[in-house]
Amino acid sequence: MLTLLMDGRDAQAVPARSAGEDLLMPAAGLERATGWALKPEGLCQGAVCVPVPAAKRNDWLRDDAVNLAAFWRHLGRPVLHDERGETWVCGADAEERGQRLRTLEAPDFALPDLSGRVHRLSDFRGQRVFLATWASW
Amino acid sequence: MLEAVRSEPFAVIAVAMDSRPDAARPWIEKAAPTYPCLIDRDHRVADLYHMVNVPQAVWIDEAGRIVRPPEPAGAFEGFRSRDPVTGVVPEAIAATTAAAKRTYVEAVQDWARRGAASPHALHPVRARAHVTLPTEAHAQAHAAFRLGQHLIRAGNPAEGDRFLEMASRLHPESWNLWRQRAEVDHRGLAAKADFWERVQALGSKRYYAPVDLPGMPK
Repeated sequence: MLTLLMDGRDAQAVPARSAGEDLLMPAAGLERATGWALKPEGLCQGAVCVPVPAAKRNDWLRDDAVNLAAFWRHLGRPVLHDERGETWVCGADAEERGQRLRTLEAPDFALPDLSGRVHRLSDFRGQRVFLATWASW
Repeated sequence: MLEAVRSEPFAVIAVAMDSRPDAARPWIEKAAPTYPCLIDRDHRVADLYHMVNVPQAVWIDEAGRIVRPPEPAGAFEGFRSRDPVTGVVPEAIAATTAAAKRTYVEAVQDWARRGAASPHALHPVRARAHVTLPTEAHAQAHAAFRLGQHLIRAGNPAEGDRFLEMASRLHPESWNLWRQRAEVDHRGLAAKADFWERVQALGSKRYYAPVDLPGMPK
C-alpha cells in the first residue's frame, strides 16, 4: 500500500506500486481514488476523456494497472514522491485553477476547527461570507 | 466588527495558515471568537485562492460568488518603516496603518448590512481584474508543500523539510510558504533577521498589495 495525496482529496492508502517515476494503480480502484476511470475512450473524468496516445500506451497501461504519474505529467500537473516512493502527491492543474478563479465562483473547501469539527465553505451559502486568513507566525 | 452586523445574513470564517495547530491555539483561545476558526495545516486555502501572504480577505456573496478577490484586508505595511533598533513606527505611518484598518472594517460592515447595494462589493468585471492567476510553478510549490507537511506529520521531518524548502523555492513570492518554514523568535513570529532581509530585498515592491477601496493607502 502507498499513500496518495490527490489534489482536493484527503490522504488515502492505495494498493499501488511505484517504480522510479512510475506510479502504477490498479485500474479497478482508479476512479474511486482519483476520479479518473479507464474506459475504451481513454482516461475519463465524468464527460471529459483523454485518449491514450498510441505512443504512450505501453507507458500508461501496464497489464491491469494505470501509470497515474505518467498520465498526470501528461496533463501538465505536478507529481512528486518521497525518496522511497511510498508517498505520492498529484497536484492541481494551475490553468484549470486560474480559469475557475476567473469565473469568480468561490472555490469550496472543508477544514477543521481546533476541536476537530469540519466546516465547509459551501455550508454558508445564503450568507455573505467574510473569509479571512491569518497565521500565528 | 461583528457586533454591528449580528442580525445580518453575514458570517466570518477565519482560517489559520498554520501547519502546527498548537501554535494557533493560544491566539484563538485568547480571542474567544464566536465565528469558526479553521486550521489549514497544508495551506489549502492559499493554494485554492492563490494567496501569498497573511492577512488576506475574500468577500463571498450569498450565491457563493467572489465580490472581492483576495486582498490584504486592512493591513498596511507600516511595519516596514519601523526603527530597526527600537521597533517604533513613525507616528504618521502608525496613523496611516490604523486608519487603513478602520476604513477596511467599516467597508466590511457596510457590505454586511447592505450586500450587493454596498459600493464595496465589486462589479464582476472589476473583481475579475483583481484576480491573480497561479502558474505551473505555483501548483508544483503547493504540491511539494503538501507532501512535505505530510512527511513531517508521518515522522519524517528531515525529508519533509526538503519539500517545504522546494515549495518556497518554486514560489518565492509566497510569504506564507517561506514564513511557515522560517525560524520564529521568542514571540513565535517568523521575524528574525532573515525575514527583515527578505523584506528589505523587496525594495520598492509592496509587501501587501494596495487595496482597491476608497480611503485606503495607495
